[in-house]
Amino acid sequence: MHPAYSVIFFTCASGAGYGLLIWLALLGAAGQVEPERWLGAVGFGLAFGLITLGLLSSTFHLGHPERAWRAFSQWRSSWLSREGVMAVITYAPAGLAAIGWVAFETSGGLWGLAALLAAACALLTVYCTGMIYASLRTIPQWHNPLVTPLYLVLGLMTGALLANALLHAFGRPLAGLSWLTIGLLVIGLALKTAYWRTMSRTGKTYSAGDATGLGRYGKVRPLDPPHTQPNYVQREMGFHVARKHAQKLRKLAVLLGFLAPLICTALAFSPIPGLGVTATIAAVVFAGAGMALERWLFFAQAQHLVTLYYGAETA
Amino acid sequence: MTSLPQGTGKKLGLVIDLDTCVGCQACATSCKEWNTGGYSAPLTDQDPYGPDPHGAWLNRIHAYEAGEGAAGRTVHFPRSCLHCEEPDCVTVCPTGASYKRAEDGIVLVNPETCIGCKLCSWACPYGAREYDEADGVMKKCTLCVDRIYNQNLSAEDRVPACVRACPTGARHFGDIGDPASGVSKLVAERGGYGLLPEFGYKPVNRYLPPRPKSPGQALSSAGQAAEAAPLAPSPTADLFFRWADRVLSR
Repeated sequence: MHPAYSVIFFTCASGAGYGLLIWLALLGAAGQVEPERWLGAVGFGLAFGLITLGLLSSTFHLGHPERAWRAFSQWRSSWLSREGVMAVITYAPAGLAAIGWVAFETSGGLWGLAALLAAACALLTVYCTGMIYASLRTIPQWHNPLVTPLYLVLGLMTGALLANALLHAFGRPLAGLSWLTIGLLVIGLALKTAYWRTMSRTGKTYSAGDATGLGRYGKVRPLDPPHTQPNYVQREMGFHVARKHAQKLRKLAVLLGFLAPLICTALAFSPIPGLGVTATIAAVVFAGAGMALERWLFFAQAQHLVTLYYGAETA
Repeated sequence: MTSLPQGTGKKLGLVIDLDTCVGCQACATSCKEWNTGGYSAPLTDQDPYGPDPHGAWLNRIHAYEAGEGAAGRTVHFPRSCLHCEEPDCVTVCPTGASYKRAEDGIVLVNPETCIGCKLCSWACPYGAREYDEADGVMKKCTLCVDRIYNQNLSAEDRVPACVRACPTGARHFGDIGDPASGVSKLVAERGGYGLLPEFGYKPVNRYLPPRPKSPGQALSSAGQAAEAAPLAPSPTADLFFRWADRVLSR
């Protein structure tokens, strides 16, 4: 599948934004973090910024962005529509929680209830994002039970990295959050590794003979393509990264997305002044690059069934 | 509404005879010509006279080789929307622009409400939906919905443009849901099949497989060599042709 940069940015940014929103809301509601005005303003501001920028960037690849509002109508059948609806709904309780935190410096009572609701809505939104991909039977690498959990865990993981850096920057590090972040990094890495392992395991694959129904005569090979130049279907669905490069890029994604942030987060426990802030911010930067690479591979290594009609031997 | 109708009155579709299709592209060009002025017009091309001409086509004709040696065959393979009974391309649509008609089962895109998110093209295993770069919306086979019911056309023209254009009669149009229809009888008689049935999209269009080769044609590799031998030039004839070549080349 062709990796569209707007979609890569959207899924990474909004995933991290929803993750940050969830942790801020939960830590505030649980009384683990004092709802201080400036922390709230920067934290919720960052979360809303990432979510909104992500949502906006997802409209860049539309042919008619001015009609995007129509996408809220088909929640009965479409995961993409459900994602849009949930994204908008989430703004309401999240906005209330932010108002409580910033305007009244409180995260208890009804404000806390709004925060819990915001966390639940954010989680559902990311779940819908994952299901958009996981529900596509035409792309075996996406139609995989690990895809949606991965979107959820990677969102929570990058959100925790952001929250951890934020609390360090405000001089209020929380050991529990650091451990949570480390735990999520380990779970994220384990899930991603398991996903890559199931991907390379040969399940049922289809051939050009299956796709055309001509397999009864023997091996099916393309003789003449329908047109001289690649068409939309080939440009959109035919993108496939070379296996050799994919292996190298996977290693780089593991290093940047999981191992480097893990080391940085652990380093932040050190009492050396200033190291906590620097290390947790570095963890965010590494993870950002790693997630972009991971998401790029998620697209580039996905092979659509339609490629069988255009010369792919198996899919 | 992108939720699917509870069954459709008719199941209009195409039956394509892979035995008689000669890959002449008449159906593809006729389709392009009709539909660039029809329901989902325009059907644009990019860089049409440059080095990288490409654009939206609703019908594409592949050619495949299947099998080896004398038993192998060349098959021309037209591919367009199969108007599935359970099309994922419709249910994934977030706007309701994609829909399946309850009355005849035709799958359409409303070009006024499509946002061009391309998700439907990801959901279709058959590559039937193409994005029109200039128009910013998805294009697909309409089964010539603007021809088949068109009272302004003479009766013989009320079929999809591809069917009307086919010079070998390889394309047939009708109600595949009605067992008494001509197309259904053809499918029953010739063992017509749908594509990738195991995925459960229940495509309506059917392909008629190439007929078995007649005994004289179906030669084993050895048989072919034996039969071909008398046709090979004899050494004498070979000497003659070489002499003639030399003479004529002077």
